[in-house]
Amino acid sequence: MYDVVIIGCGVVGASAAYELARYKLRVAVLEAAADIAAGTTKANSAIIHAGYDPEPGTLMARLNVEGNRLTGEICEKLQVPFKRVGSLVVAFSPEQLPTLRTLYDRGCKNGVPGLRLLSGEEARAMEPGLSEEVCGALLAPSAGIIDPWGFAIAMAETAVRGGVEVRRDCPVTGIEAAGEGFVLHTPQGDVTARFVLNAAGVDADRVHEMLEPNDWETLPSRGEYYLLDKSEHDRVSRVIFQCPGPEGKGVLVAPTIHGNLICGPNAQGVEDRLDLGNTAAGMEEVRRKAARSVPGVEWRQNIRNFAGLRANTTRSDFIIEESKAYPGFIDLAGIKSPGLSSAPAIAKMAVEMLKADGLALEPDPDFVDKREHIVFKELSAEEKNELIRRDPRYGRVVCRCETITEGEIVAALHSPIPPRSINGVKRRCNAGMGRCQGGFCGPRVQEIIARELGLDQAEVLLEQAGSTILTGRTKTGGNEHV
Amino acid sequence: MYDLIVVGGGPAGLAAACKAWDEGVKNILVLERDKELGGILNQCIHNGFGLQRFKEELTGPEYAGRYIDMLKATGVQVKLDTMVLQVVPGEDGAPHQVHAINGADGYMVLETKTIVLAMGCRERTRGAISTPGERCAGVFTAGAAQRFLNMEGYMVGRRVVILGSGDIGLIMARRMTLEGAKVLACVELMPYSGGLTRNIVQCLEDYGIPLYLSHTITDIKGHERVEQVTVSKVGPDRRPIPGTEMVFDCDTVLLSVGLIPENELTRQAGIAMDKRTSGAVVFENMETGVPGIFACGNVVHVHDLVDYVSAESERAGAAAAAWVQGKHAAGETLELVNGDGVSYTVPQHLRLEALEKPAQVFFRVNRVTRDAQILATDADGKTIARFKREHMAPGEMEQVALPPQLLKQARGPLTLSIREV
Amino acid sequence: MKELICIVCPKGCHLKVDEENGWAVSGNSCPKGAEYGRTELQNPTRVLTTTVCVEGGLYPRIPVKTSRAIPKGLLMDAMAEVAKVRLTAPVRRGQVILPDLLGTGADLVASRDMDAL
Repeated sequence: MYDVVIIGCGVVGASAAYELARYKLRVAVLEAAADIAAGTTKANSAIIHAGYDPEPGTLMARLNVEGNRLTGEICEKLQVPFKRVGSLVVAFSPEQLPTLRTLYDRGCKNGVPGLRLLSGEEARAMEPGLSEEVCGALLAPSAGIIDPWGFAIAMAETAVRGGVEVRRDCPVTGIEAAGEGFVLHTPQGDVTARFVLNAAGVDADRVHEMLEPNDWETLPSRGEYYLLDKSEHDRVSRVIFQCPGPEGKGVLVAPTIHGNLICGPNAQGVEDRLDLGNTAAGMEEVRRKAARSVPGVEWRQNIRNFAGLRANTTRSDFIIEESKAYPGFIDLAGIKSPGLSSAPAIAKMAVEMLKADGLALEPDPDFVDKREHIVFKELSAEEKNELIRRDPRYGRVVCRCETITEGEIVAALHSPIPPRSINGVKRRCNAGMGRCQGGFCGPRVQEIIARELGLDQAEVLLEQAGSTILTGRTKTGGNEHV
Repeated sequence: MYDLIVVGGGPAGLAAACKAWDEGVKNILVLERDKELGGILNQCIHNGFGLQRFKEELTGPEYAGRYIDMLKATGVQVKLDTMVLQVVPGEDGAPHQVHAINGADGYMVLETKTIVLAMGCRERTRGAISTPGERCAGVFTAGAAQRFLNMEGYMVGRRVVILGSGDIGLIMARRMTLEGAKVLACVELMPYSGGLTRNIVQCLEDYGIPLYLSHTITDIKGHERVEQVTVSKVGPDRRPIPGTEMVFDCDTVLLSVGLIPENELTRQAGIAMDKRTSGAVVFENMETGVPGIFACGNVVHVHDLVDYVSAESERAGAAAAAWVQGKHAAGETLELVNGDGVSYTVPQHLRLEALEKPAQVFFRVNRVTRDAQILATDADGKTIARFKREHMAPGEMEQVALPPQLLKQARGPLTLSIREV
Repeated sequence: MKELICIVCPKGCHLKVDEENGWAVSGNSCPKGAEYGRTELQNPTRVLTTTVCVEGGLYPRIPVKTSRAIPKGLLMDAMAEVAKVRLTAPVRRGQVILPDLLGTGADLVASRDMDAL
């Protein structure tokens, strides 16, 4: 029996695993998908919010501000790319200025450091790319940009090194209360746990319903994005938000930690929780709204569109609570924005709840709270040479756009939670993230995955089961499915 | 210290290196990122190459093979599996630097008198055209699919829709069909094909593959692998017309939607670029704005025939050799301006002093014409040269030769324009 | 009278071929066009370019072509023949892989070198 089983290995599940790994506990994370950090964690704005948005007194308000601070510490320890570039919320008309004031007041109550209200001129002096229409702005210096999936993967890897088990392709299909704990049914067999953390993201409502009827449900809201080439990165140097208004929350324009520019999201309620498609109307909406803040964006420099699902629910706040009928089953649910920013604080709160439930937290002296992560292109010439001498595979650049070497791809494939797909490799070392979007390096990455994992190239997937890239070999009696 | 470093061992780099050697420069290094020389020609196994250069019809690998043989007969040095990370122009006549890495030599900083940039181009992707739909497996650029099919021996799908009628897309329609796949349609946004007529006939019509002009893909469905695409007709504004949707059940989408010169090194080196070509601005001898750094082939502008790449690259190689031998072109320059109907010219500047032979000017037109004239007009409105063409199209590169004696009478800038007769 | 587009060069002349009048071609701009018009309607031929399985080289396939054009109707049969071939590196550019493919008189030849690794 595990002490704690976490359902879902997005950024919330990974944060919880990372927190629990510090203690002498048996912990497992069950991830339904083929890889971790592959749901909402991989498709969002990649922003660590300052914390002026949520209403004071809500969980979101408290956890965002605390999470923002913790994120900085964790990223430092685990070598995750994160920069506090600051953010601006911009107003386009005098009618919107009171909204900025409201956000400012909320931020002060929530304990957000360094907030300042700016005039349009002051804002443009800081961000020359802003529209002439901007007549005021709220500056929040503590907002940041992050590698969101890298953040989750780093925490999950550190947890695995600390003894946590991560099982992938392991959806929970049923939950029963049994004696002192729970039995979770999965295709990989039953798993028993004294405590369960439900961090199943958009599907957390369905997971909860496996145990007992639910008084809330997920209302997934799809957000679409543009990701532009590095040539557009310098359009702005901070995260540019718009005032929430009758047209909705507005879209953001922000530099990404990987050196691109991101614009989005819109918001569209969807029924199909697997439909992450972009729509012509949605993309047009994003372009139109983003151009209002930063008119100079060159859309021709787009390298990728994507969409993610917000785990909105029938409630307005995060749902972090224990089942009344089944103590020991704790929902970490409804983690929409600012979920990424709050995740480390949500994890700390969950651990406190487990402690209150009687889980003994004895620190594990062997836990290593740091991670080394080699990014070849960031090394000096001497360090590069040293690395290539040790392992010549670091001298072979596979992804030209991002300068990612074979050595880094091989290292990713032998990391604590080894990826088995093209996208899994991309999330761990950025191969295929660049302007050619894997057009050149895709086949080579596929070859390396096949070699390192002992697969035929045609068995290598893009992402989930069924996402076959190649359909067979030529000249072998037809185009057979492998 | 090298006399010449050539960045790229595809057709452009090979031709430049061979020519520079023939012109007497002996200390030459070619840096190639792939495992072998020849570049993209190695995967272009179809024929139709070399009619101009070798007066016979060759396949891509054969064309590459001839140049590789020529290079092997010289003492040009080659480093394969080597990636150039940075080109640093030397200041005030100091040597240029090329930063490169490979597994054997590690991180190298190489010094050289001259550089020829011959990095070629890359394919435009789904992102660049923002095709709506899901991001499932089964969407390939035509070139990536071509490599899988022709070199690695893998099929990329069974039922295929091709977006874009560029030559690579057309060629892949035939290849996929021959290897047993069903190509359901080739869809082109523009009212005319981006590929050569002969490829429409040989690759689509021969196999009964319909070509839908003025159409585009408006949705791709499939959570894991492509299951369905929606194709819609577009109006004159190139926007989809509601109600014209056709649905194809397919597992694969190939994109043949254009090529982009791969100029990250060029930009990083601070070399002046031309927005219209997405390549460096060059003089008549393919020298860039930085003295001693030359560029040729698809990194300068996307060609449709490799034969022209070779010709242009030989000019670059010869010019680099002349530079090494102390012949630095200088003097007055004449700017070439795009007039009506012309979308770009290469070169963009001519140095009259350096011109001994007629200046070869490549250009593209921006509309299909019949029986048109190409006019070269100077700043005083005087037409200094006039050329006739029965047929011109944006998909087909044109060239004219401007004799030095005529150019010397012109007052710059010189405008190249098209006039239908 | 049949109409077709000439594919000999990029110009794309619209040819008219009179099959009842000795296959007389009009609309062509050069003699090659006339030749194309006549063959295309009587016995259309194409050069086949494809690949063959090879072991022991840098890649598992080697490109091949027919030494001259073969009847268009035989292309798929030729593909089936070619699929049966198994080569071992080294192979040289120009090496004959299958002589007289399907009795067409055209040889299947390798179009690149593939060294043994």
